[in-house]
Amino acid sequence: MASQPRGKVVIDPDECKGCGLCVESCPPECLVLAPELSKYGVHPARYTGQDCTGCGACFYCCPEPGAITVYRLKPPAKIVPTAVTQNAEVANEAAL
Amino acid sequence: MNDYEVIHEKSPTFYGHFERKGELQQQTHYCPGCGHGVAHKLIAESLAELGLQDRAILVSPVGCSVFAYYYFDVGNVQVAHGRAPAAATALKRAHPDSIVMSYQGDGDLAAIGTAEIVHAANRGENICVFFINNAVYGMTGGQMAPTSLMGQVSTTSPFGRSASNEGLPLHVCELLASLATPTYIERVALNDMKNIMKAKKAVKKALQTQKDGGGFSLVELLSPCPTIMKMDPIVARKWVGETLVKAFPLGVYRDHKPDLPPNPKVPHKTVAEALEVEVGVTDVPPTRRHHTRDLTVKIAGFGGQGILLMGQLLAEMGLREHMEVSWLPSYGPEMRSGSAHCHVTLGHERIGTPLISQPEVLVAMNELSLHKFAPSVASGGLILYNHTQLPEGFSAPQARVVCVPASEIADKLGSAKVANVVMLAALLEETECLPSETAMAVLEATVKNPKFLELDRQALKAGCDYVDTQVEVGAVSQPDGYSY
Repeated sequence: MASQPRGKVVIDPDECKGCGLCVESCPPECLVLAPELSKYGVHPARYTGQDCTGCGACFYCCPEPGAITVYRLKPPAKIVPTAVTQNAEVANEAAL
Repeated sequence: MNDYEVIHEKSPTFYGHFERKGELQQQTHYCPGCGHGVAHKLIAESLAELGLQDRAILVSPVGCSVFAYYYFDVGNVQVAHGRAPAAATALKRAHPDSIVMSYQGDGDLAAIGTAEIVHAANRGENICVFFINNAVYGMTGGQMAPTSLMGQVSTTSPFGRSASNEGLPLHVCELLASLATPTYIERVALNDMKNIMKAKKAVKKALQTQKDGGGFSLVELLSPCPTIMKMDPIVARKWVGETLVKAFPLGVYRDHKPDLPPNPKVPHKTVAEALEVEVGVTDVPPTRRHHTRDLTVKIAGFGGQGILLMGQLLAEMGLREHMEVSWLPSYGPEMRSGSAHCHVTLGHERIGTPLISQPEVLVAMNELSLHKFAPSVASGGLILYNHTQLPEGFSAPQARVVCVPASEIADKLGSAKVANVVMLAALLEETECLPSETAMAVLEATVKNPKFLELDRQALKAGCDYVDTQVEVGAVSQPDGYSY
């Protein structure tokens, strides 16, 4: 779990026009233009799957309203010392 | 994996899909790397964050962003080139609770719409203007814009813009900041993440200003146009940051509420108050006091014969009888003697279109109109012709033709002006679509001069009498007195 990136980017190849602005703007350089063509004939942007910090730079640099969705890792749940959550934690651990 | 949460996604201010055309309904129509998309995104997000989506009205311009109404799920109005601030003024004044934004390019705002923007700013209208400056005409193919840079080559400045030939680039923010009335003016750029975030703040602040009733705000967004500039999207964005920003310095040009004296004389009335009518559904159900019937009428003649007025009278009569009515005029630029016609629809159901292609009744006030429109009269229809007899060789087998020499009768009454009223009376008598008492009531409300009102009264009677005494009773097959 420690190696899990802080963020995640999902790019819809049907909305991407392949302008490359997100690739250029990404601080951790975790986006690339795919080598293959999308069905509209452009090289759509793609997340390499590594190093995303969820900063959102690609989202704001992208001219398409919904081509990019940015996710960020939920902060670890604060441990509240109640019986219910403790039991839930235990149950989670057991499930894993 | 459910341990990620969405932090940036398509704003709810955008439609789920864009119905501009059959295919590609996920995408905007903008070129790859266009600044409009980013500007749209910033406006959409700001509206959502301020909770203004349901109150927002976006005025789309002419230019690449003409289709903004396909993308923004807000109230939308698309207006003529450059007129967005004028339309926004009207919208804001008519709907003071709405958030009115005009979205304009440099050709729209700084060229053809210079007058509108300057005066809207000078009035301190409580609207937001988002001004996209990309230093060129995009949609029309790369002509020189007022904001084009010195030396910039465009299709209309092939040797580069020169001061002596085309003047210097127009600095809209600086120009408007010289006025006392605007509240907030800022120039931002859409060239990199840092500036885009600043732009977001500016857009939001402009909307907040309007929400607070602060007054006029304008945000100029320096924007890349990769296609027209013949640049890669990344290069175009760099060009904005390195070249355009130098010519158009970023920054806040105005940020204070103007201290304007209030005008207590301005009447703040709603439309209903101004018209002195009660708002809402009236308690009295619409009663039809008289016999009325659905009818489509085309009235044609030459300008000056009272063609359009006759249509208005007929429509007004329908209104008074609680009918649905429409009146659609069509005339040339000449005030008199040009051809004129109008379409009037009287109905008991809502009217789909005011345009009538096959009228049930044609009123031809001259021979030209008779020849022109008689073939279009619906089968079983009626033609009223302003003469004692039909012209030689004329025939309209599908319709019944009634000759009423309205102009002649009007001349005898003392004024050729009332020929239209004579014809109106003949129309009412022949079709029985509306009672002539209503016509008199409308005339009483319209004609102020008692002398002419008396003349109109006589004209109504004369037209009615003529039809009753001179026109043969036709073959009436239908119970409503009409032969379909």
